Amino acid sequence: MTSVRVAGVGLTQFGRHPDRTGRDLFAEAALTAREDAGVPRQDIEALHYGNFMGALAEHQAHQGPLVAEAAGLTCPATRYEQACASAGVAARQAIKDVRNGEADVVLVGGMERMTNLETAEVTESLAIAADELYEVRAGITFPGAYALMAQAYFSQFGGEREDLAHIAAKNHHNAVNNEFAQYQREISVEQALDSPPVAEPLHLFDACPITDGASALVLVSDEYAEEHDIDAPVAITGTGQGGDKMALQDRDHLAQTPAATKAAEEAYADSGRSPEEIDVAEVHDCFTIAEVLALESLGFYEPGEGIGAARRGETTRDGDRPINLSGGLKAKGHPVGATGGSQLVEMTRLLRGDHPNSDVVADAEIGLTHNAGGTVASAVVHVLEVVN
Amino acid sequence: MADTGYDEWIDAVEAGEGYYLACPESHGSLPPRRTCPHCGALELEDQPLPDSGTVESFSVVHVAAPSFAGDTPYATAVVDFGPVRLTGVVRGVEFDDLEVGTSVGVTVEEHETTGDPVVVFRPR
Repeated sequence: MTSVRVAGVGLTQFGRHPDRTGRDLFAEAALTAREDAGVPRQDIEALHYGNFMGALAEHQAHQGPLVAEAAGLTCPATRYEQACASAGVAARQAIKDVRNGEADVVLVGGMERMTNLETAEVTESLAIAADELYEVRAGITFPGAYALMAQAYFSQFGGEREDLAHIAAKNHHNAVNNEFAQYQREISVEQALDSPPVAEPLHLFDACPITDGASALVLVSDEYAEEHDIDAPVAITGTGQGGDKMALQDRDHLAQTPAATKAAEEAYADSGRSPEEIDVAEVHDCFTIAEVLALESLGFYEPGEGIGAARRGETTRDGDRPINLSGGLKAKGHPVGATGGSQLVEMTRLLRGDHPNSDVVADAEIGLTHNAGGTVASAVVHVLEVVN
Repeated sequence: MADTGYDEWIDAVEAGEGYYLACPESHGSLPPRRTCPHCGALELEDQPLPDSGTVESFSVVHVAAPSFAGDTPYATAVVDFGPVRLTGVVRGVEFDDLEVGTSVGVTVEEHETTGDPVVVFRPR
């Protein structure tokens, strides 16, 4: 089986672009990735594209061909909708395309435009990733659902809001010198604790912001990279996806995310790697508690042990295994349908040495990305490695 | 517009005749279902919902979607009724007194913002 290389990456600035169309955002990221890869456009054989709420935000469905055209491509294009994991599943399909020989060169990524809507409309739009009949009609919001998971975690394993506040402060600290991050500024643990409640026990600074942005990567087979002398030192060596019941009420656990556990186990088996070998990871911290649940599902910590990881300094930039050196969804921002792609972009930059935080993990050779949809009814995990 | 299966379930809970769907392995689920989400069994039959359940997790929501904007702050909870769990709004209890393990019953009441029916838990 061929190995899949990351030939080029591109991002837009994450933040507020209320007046920019989705097609323009994705075109910027895609053209940046194409330039970074140095691949002729006619060699790109497929586009796999993630987008969650474009039908609501821009009254625009059927975005695959629209954004392919905007990116200067004439190849077949498919849009994937998997809530916040949309670009993660898009990447997984792109990887399969290359591995099974369907294509030698693919473009993958995602886009979300959100700030053109009022906050209340965004809250309502995000909630459609939950079960409409049994959750949304019962008053569940996206923060409310993660609040239920946080409260269940505290009840089952212990932990407190201050543990979560350390995660928020850590991820803001990491974003300070990331030029693509929405919030390139520090917050203190005290500021996080003092922020207003959204859905208790989660407060405003436990939550990721509302973000516009796009991500893109050019993936190539190693044969193509060799033949065309493409500089692509990072390979995606493992991919995995897991699923769970849609509604929290139908899950076995409220304080664990078995879909991510399944995705991780599959990605570890696929890459031949183990949790202990992962040097650095980007995980889906849409809320601070989500980072905790991710660390435990990925096998970095036993259930109940992940809550204190940031507070103990184990996942900070000086820790044994830095988590979310990009700033995470929390500080870098979370353009829903672009996030899974942006995690792969950031990990590629971290590993190949051109990320502002690459020096923090100068010896890192193996990274992992964890992208979750809804309350982790979907999860996608990828393993990336430096190969030459 | 009707949501057949769900609408009848809501009406039954409102009438104090709530039910769940049980498969031969005694897994519980809520309608509409054609197959057990836990084991795939095709034989599902209505069973009466237990009178009371316990709060498994809860949250006091301060920022709501527009459809619940007039209800804030409100408490939402996932309640364990044994074979099934339900999600709804908790009423009739001070937020400070709400905790994991609180015993509640279930009913359907009017939504404060829209007047639509909403699953409501009240202490028993």
